Amino acid sequence: MRDEKKNKDVLEEVTTGEYKYGFVTDIESDQAAKGLTEDTVRFISKKKNEPEWLLEFRLKAYRHWLTLEEPDWALLHHPPIDYQDIIYYSAPRPKKELENLDEIDPELLDTFNKLGISLEEQKRLSGVAVDAVIDSVSVKTTFQDTLAKHDIIFCSISDAVKNHPDLVKKYLGTVVPYTDNYFAALNSAVFSDGSFCYIPKGVRCPIELSTYFRINAANTGQFERTLLIADEGAYVSYLEGCTAPMRDENQLHAAIVEIVTYDDAEVKYSTVQNWYPGSKEGKGGIYNFVTKRGLCKGRNSKISWTQVETGSAITWKYPSCILLGDNSVGEFYSVAVTNNYQQADTGTKMIHIGKNTKSTIISKGISAGRSNNSYRGLVRVSKNADNARNYSQCDSLLLGDKCGAHTFPYIKTGNDTAIVEHEATTSKISDDQLFYCQQRGIDKEKAIGLIVNGYAKQVLNKLPMEFAVEAQKLLAITLEGSVG
Amino acid sequence: MLLNIKNLHVSIDGKEIIKGLNFSVNKGEIHAIMGPNGTGKSTLAAAITGREGYEITQGEIIFKGQVINDWSPDKRANEGVFLSFQYPIEIPGVSMTNFMRTALNARREYRKLPPVSAGDFLRKMEEKKKLVDIQSKLTNRSVNEGFSGGEKKKNEIFQMAMLEPELAILDETDSGLDIDALKVVANGVNQLKSGENAFIVITHYQRLLEYIVPDFVHVMYDGRIVKSGGKGLALELEERGYEWIKEQFDD
Ligand SMILES: Nc1ncnc2c1ncn2[C@@H]1O[C@H](COP(=O)(O)OP(=O)(O)O)[C@@H](O)[C@H]1O
Ligand SMILES: [Mg+2]
Repeated sequence: MRDEKKNKDVLEEVTTGEYKYGFVTDIESDQAAKGLTEDTVRFISKKKNEPEWLLEFRLKAYRHWLTLEEPDWALLHHPPIDYQDIIYYSAPRPKKELENLDEIDPELLDTFNKLGISLEEQKRLSGVAVDAVIDSVSVKTTFQDTLAKHDIIFCSISDAVKNHPDLVKKYLGTVVPYTDNYFAALNSAVFSDGSFCYIPKGVRCPIELSTYFRINAANTGQFERTLLIADEGAYVSYLEGCTAPMRDENQLHAAIVEIVTYDDAEVKYSTVQNWYPGSKEGKGGIYNFVTKRGLCKGRNSKISWTQVETGSAITWKYPSCILLGDNSVGEFYSVAVTNNYQQADTGTKMIHIGKNTKSTIISKGISAGRSNNSYRGLVRVSKNADNARNYSQCDSLLLGDKCGAHTFPYIKTGNDTAIVEHEATTSKISDDQLFYCQQRGIDKEKAIGLIVNGYAKQVLNKLPMEFAVEAQKLLAITLEGSVG
Repeated sequence: MLLNIKNLHVSIDGKEIIKGLNFSVNKGEIHAIMGPNGTGKSTLAAAITGREGYEITQGEIIFKGQVINDWSPDKRANEGVFLSFQYPIEIPGVSMTNFMRTALNARREYRKLPPVSAGDFLRKMEEKKKLVDIQSKLTNRSVNEGFSGGEKKKNEIFQMAMLEPELAILDETDSGLDIDALKVVANGVNQLKSGENAFIVITHYQRLLEYIVPDFVHVMYDGRIVKSGGKGLALELEERGYEWIKEQFDD
């Protein structure tokens, strides 16, 4: 009908928004040669002055990677990735030990200012400690003093290797072994930087911890690695954000995040993912292949993943929880927006092993343009996991009729006492809703932002306050277009 | 003249629904539009507010001296046209408070005013809630979600009070309301009424018109206004029904 058709046209315009974070910072960088061989792995390890055991870990991972094939089970289509055409290490130059902010390359600081990230004292006001990773290297970790007072370790993973080698050695690869999958093996071989965090027994981290990642140099991949340990009774809320400049070629991002929680510990891990999604015509954009997994090792421990995924040309990502400790709790709250030619295949795995374990999955997919958005989730209850409970809700919202939304829920229960519930809905923004908003003076573009944010509210509410606001704006911007 | 409609023809999907309608409203007036179901009353409201899909094939809608045929619905709203919906729409996850603030600020932006301050906004909400006897918890809920029929209608009048339109169209706001709710709605309209604004009240029943006293009553039939008169016409329709009108115009 005419009404629908006109709205479709507008939706199309509205949903062909342009990326607003796509500037390139003109920083000289110190790079490895293109391509991946054992020498590349050794080069990275040497650049970082790593101990022998870590080089061994990398080489084992590399050799294993050579035996693997890229997975093809996700609902994603892309031309083959040429792994020999990627630069695996790129560090902004000059690179020297930085004592304070004044020593940071002003271009780099400017980059962060453009991103709306201030590494400076104002962050103290919002109580956020920031680790920033550009291309491959961690440039600055703020707030060391406050954290030190609580014996909290929060630093780049390179620094952790230097200063806390025993901790890194004890946990690295224990939740996501390099044998886990193709991209995990690749990351384990070439990971460059990332964040490390250890919260000691009984400590509630008094501030939000946060890492910002940015890919800057051309033809580089980014392979960061984050390791987070919450000891008994510890608590931390952690946020990661990311952006990348606009480039015509695709860039690879393959990260690993590992979390371990002991008895009564809790980790809230929030992500606002805004990698460059590619142009309106589907040119360029980040290929985002990420393995994130948390191990609820102790009793009553809890890991909560919240993600707002608006960027990347391709997203392949399943933040998961292994609920090993009795009474442990896993949560996954997700908003994934795809627009233009973006593709997302994302979801979670909840593996119930301990008794009385509980998991909640809330997934909100929003598809616009010609994009494809899939939820893929696994709930597995093992034989001894008495009284396991899961609740899953997977909603899809479609803007326009050229996009796709798909749901692939897998449930495997090996224990009769398990209660697993799954609900799914698919809806569209109705003409009635748009007209109602417009009749109140709200233009179509704002109306779409408002309705979409309402739809995603359940998830956005889980984000730390400051970031919820940021995420709301991002959702609106992602779907914003050239409507006058 | 606030609103002047000249020889209006409106089609939906190529089917003509409004068939040459003339109608004008001055500031300070209340007009009632009555008529059997399906004669195009809601279609007229949709055409005035600019709903997509309601194609004006002939004629003009003139608001405050300007032809608004091609204006977007939000522009019309921001210029002062308000519609109390016959069937208010639910918007999950968007609180009434957020919705109203967005709407109010859209209007202010249109008029090149800065956004309303949080304090002023909350004060205004409190003041207008009292006017329509709306409960605080309603404004914390999502727009119209889980509202009863009566609450939805009161909520429309509340929004009208917040936005202070120059021309308000009430499309069967009285349908399905009990007498108490009806009085609340009427009271809201009467308090907002001034020499600077005007109301078009679409209704089936003379009942509402006991509380909102119209200056003019129009009867709509088959896409046209076929009879106009004073308040007395509403009473006559109540007594005689619409059959005599249909008989008069069906041949
Ligand atoms: N969206 C629509 N699509 C097709 N026909 C419609 C639509 N809306 C109204 N109509 C038709 O237009 C005519 C007038 O409807 P309406 O304006 O709702 O009448 P009223 O409000 O007087 O009861 C009816 O025949 C109705 O079926
Ligand atoms: Mg009607």
